[in-house]
Amino acid sequence: MRRALLPIDRHIAQRVGFTAITLMAFATVLPIIAVVIYILVQGLPAISLEFLTGFPHDGMRAGGILPAIIGTIYLTIGTAIFSVPLGIAAAIYLSEYASDTPLTRTIRIAIINLAGIPSVVYGLFGLGLFVLFLNFGTSILAASLTLSIMTLPVIISTAEESLRSVPQAFRTVSISLGATGWQTIRRIVLKEALPGILTGVILGLERAAGETAPILFTGAAFFLPRLPHSPFDATMALPYHLFVISTQVPEMPIKIQYGTALVLLVFVLTMNLIATVIRSRARARRQW
Amino acid sequence: MEKSLNWHEFVITRLIKASGYSAILFVALIFFFLVREGLPTFAETSLSSLLSIRWYPIEDHFGILPLLTGSLIVTIGAALVAVPFGIGTAVYISEIAPRWMREILKPLVELLGGLPSVVLGFLGILLLSPFIRVFLDLPTGLTAFTGSLLLGGIAVPTVVSVAEDALDAVPRAYREGAWALGATQWQTIWRVTFPAARSGVLTAVMLGVGRAIGETMTVMMVTGNAPVLATKLGSLFSPVRTMTATIAAEMGEVANGSTHYHVLFFIGMVLFLISLGVNIAASSVVFRTKKRAERILS
Repeated sequence: MRRALLPIDRHIAQRVGFTAITLMAFATVLPIIAVVIYILVQGLPAISLEFLTGFPHDGMRAGGILPAIIGTIYLTIGTAIFSVPLGIAAAIYLSEYASDTPLTRTIRIAIINLAGIPSVVYGLFGLGLFVLFLNFGTSILAASLTLSIMTLPVIISTAEESLRSVPQAFRTVSISLGATGWQTIRRIVLKEALPGILTGVILGLERAAGETAPILFTGAAFFLPRLPHSPFDATMALPYHLFVISTQVPEMPIKIQYGTALVLLVFVLTMNLIATVIRSRARARRQW
Repeated sequence: MEKSLNWHEFVITRLIKASGYSAILFVALIFFFLVREGLPTFAETSLSSLLSIRWYPIEDHFGILPLLTGSLIVTIGAALVAVPFGIGTAVYISEIAPRWMREILKPLVELLGGLPSVVLGFLGILLLSPFIRVFLDLPTGLTAFTGSLLLGGIAVPTVVSVAEDALDAVPRAYREGAWALGATQWQTIWRVTFPAARSGVLTAVMLGVGRAIGETMTVMMVTGNAPVLATKLGSLFSPVRTMTATIAAEMGEVANGSTHYHVLFFIGMVLFLISLGVNIAASSVVFRTKKRAERILS
């Protein structure tokens, strides 16, 4: 039993408490802004046309980072090719077809677990299945497939949430007008849920683009002074390149490190920004 | 026409169902391949060697205890950072902040979740660890403590978003009831809203801890990677090496099929089982309370 406080005390308690919580929230958020601004300021001097479009030379201590930029773009596209259709289809299944059976619950638990598996364990799995067992070698294909499975739970859960938020009446009306189940899903439900699905897809791919551990043994190349020719080539990638030049290469010019960090950050933040804009515009437009 | 439409519909429905089941298939596949490559460990090295305190693969010492304690100490440190700050931020966003502030803070926290861990590790090497070395007067700034601070930051967005969802889900009538009885907003938060959201907040904490255990790049870059058994609190301020960092650092250099290779897969198996346990525990908390809520409503 707590001591009953006088009214004046509890208002003081509230003021002190609110201040403390507010400070905590700002202590959490301000470093994020500081990190972004700091990398922006430190990295901008490194950015030049040569840095963005040139190949690294002198043991990566000079030149550009084009192969890493292109590699990350390839990996992101590769991840999207596998994870987007599969993820959206799985979300459609969970939202439109599945009833609450033990099997459905097992699927949900599986998705939760996929989301929680450490990224480096995905790397081991990709090495075991794609690189060695299926013999894809250390390649863009193997890395993309590994990243896809890691991205899947993000896409499934956001897409399902978005599909479920479409009012049931929309479906009922469509079916009653003679549309089949799939026609209703494709022309009505998917169309209405599209902005939400897109947001989830971009946030999932953003995560994939910034990941290092899953591609360490499945597709990332330490140094490759040319662009990959086929999906069976290994590739440089921005996050792995940043790891390499900040830990593995002695006497690495600090400017190039910050420049690489900046390019990676801009890549990821742009995706984040697009997702945020799509979501807030869809929210503002929504009439149901 | 009619016929082809049905056929089309049939195929699409089947494809969608198969995609739905794929999540189960992937979890099973991941487990299968970890076991397939990890289980030979027991044939090639003894259990007593695995449970020893020496990790020195070149001389066939595969004691995973230092790695376990390394992961444990970094994760505990991260939780000490992420839990108070994560819950504090969630309470602020959901209960205290004005609407416009909420619209700014939520995307920012989400942004933190999207920052590549390698960028945080990079800043950890360049800024945080020199600062910690000087500030705490340590021989090196690459310590478990440095890793804990950064890892806390990585776990915060998970804690915030799940805890905030839980607080948001508390019916408004609960708060209005408390206010009507004369409670201040502050009293309402801690004696009504927060207890009502307790299980969701617990889930948030568990998922945040799960995120911290599994993080790889940041800890590999800033914890110094010394496989030393962490036995006391002071170990927080010395270099350690986690399970995830060990896999990431060594897998690239081992011969496929060697004992070392199998032991690394075995560590992956242990990590998989830990995350399985944490996530099943976290989701069962959610399911249980949902059922209770359903009982109350019916």
